[in-house]
Amino acid sequence: MAHTHVGSLHAPDAELALRNARDLYTRRQEGVSIWVVPSAAIVASSPDEKDAFFDPAADKVYRHPTFYDVPEGAGHL
Amino acid sequence: MLDQVEAAERELRSAAERRLAGDDHLQGYFEAIIEADQKVEPRDWMPDDYRRSLVRQIAQHAHSEIIGMQPEGNWITRAPSLKRKAILLAKVQDEAGHGLYLYAAAETLGVSRDELVELLLSGRQKYSSIFNYPTLTWADVGAIGWLVDGAAIVNQVPLCRCSYGPYARAMIRICKEESFHQRQGFEILHTLAHGTPAQREMAQDAVNRWWYPSLAMFGPPDSDSTHSERSMAWKIKRFSNDELRQRFVDMCVQQASVLTLSLPDPDLRWNAEREHYDFTQPDFDELMQVVKGNGPCNRQRIEHRRRAHSEGAWVREAAAAYAAKRAVREPAGV
Repeated sequence: MAHTHVGSLHAPDAELALRNARDLYTRRQEGVSIWVVPSAAIVASSPDEKDAFFDPAADKVYRHPTFYDVPEGAGHL
Repeated sequence: MLDQVEAAERELRSAAERRLAGDDHLQGYFEAIIEADQKVEPRDWMPDDYRRSLVRQIAQHAHSEIIGMQPEGNWITRAPSLKRKAILLAKVQDEAGHGLYLYAAAETLGVSRDELVELLLSGRQKYSSIFNYPTLTWADVGAIGWLVDGAAIVNQVPLCRCSYGPYARAMIRICKEESFHQRQGFEILHTLAHGTPAQREMAQDAVNRWWYPSLAMFGPPDSDSTHSERSMAWKIKRFSNDELRQRFVDMCVQQASVLTLSLPDPDLRWNAEREHYDFTQPDFDELMQVVKGNGPCNRQRIEHRRRAHSEGAWVREAAAAYAAKRAVREPAGV
């Protein structure tokens, strides 16, 4: 299964970040694998441009299987 | 209360899946988010006052978790059994974790952790008034779990539905852990109340001392609460101080009867007309005195935190120096 973002913390380096994350976020066995990433390394999409960014998905209905008609009698499609 | 936390968590997930039709005007979009019970996220536009108000509330919440480790930490070395000691250690570890979740949530609003710590140490930001009361006996650890953490839960469960996403998500985690704290506190008092006469007396004494300070945790009465109205309009707060206080009293009366302990209020009685318990309000002048720094332990608590911070400076410097050296040697980090 995918890694899920669970939160942030401060640490002087990656190794201590990993240890702190173990103590902070998996005290009750909430995970089996941890990734830590310095926040400066993350680039996020901008809320101001979200329309331009995500809209192109809306006019490509042919990407959805429901776009295609299946003739009567064709099974397992 | 835990099922309410679960429900808030489900809502949060479904809110993330739904999307709001964009409004070109920022203020309009913000208001639409609040109106539609969607979540405001760190990179969304928000009014400056909303941001400031959240920074104040989340930071003071974080400070409370950190300072709140002291009254209970006071009993770690003196816990009456190894089991009780292990539980208390786990609980204080949770409080540290809550502080860190909350500082991280505050940081998404554009303040730095160092800034917030500085505001706490210099006394310019507050923490919950309750942690300025001393823990005099082992039973106080039970009373803190039952009453103080109980009041915190009543206050915090509605915050799981707060309009600011990072705060709401932190509160869901925190509320689940607070439920452990409240139940273990209840169990301590239950054991003491059914123990020897001396243990029972100790439990009752602790409840007597913590009852009114716990009621005061909900803040001043609605008529004097400066931030309430705006916080409710922004859906940061969902219920008023007085509503939450009443909810807490109604819960505690029932739980106290299971404990076979009494609450120290001669005027506490069921009001059939209101369908709530009538009770004596805490002393709000005392609350204001404690908030201003004149409670029994204010000076001791902040002094302890300042000392830990200044005496730990060389360790932080060593960690930073080591990290810098390693970054040169092995650029990948781990």
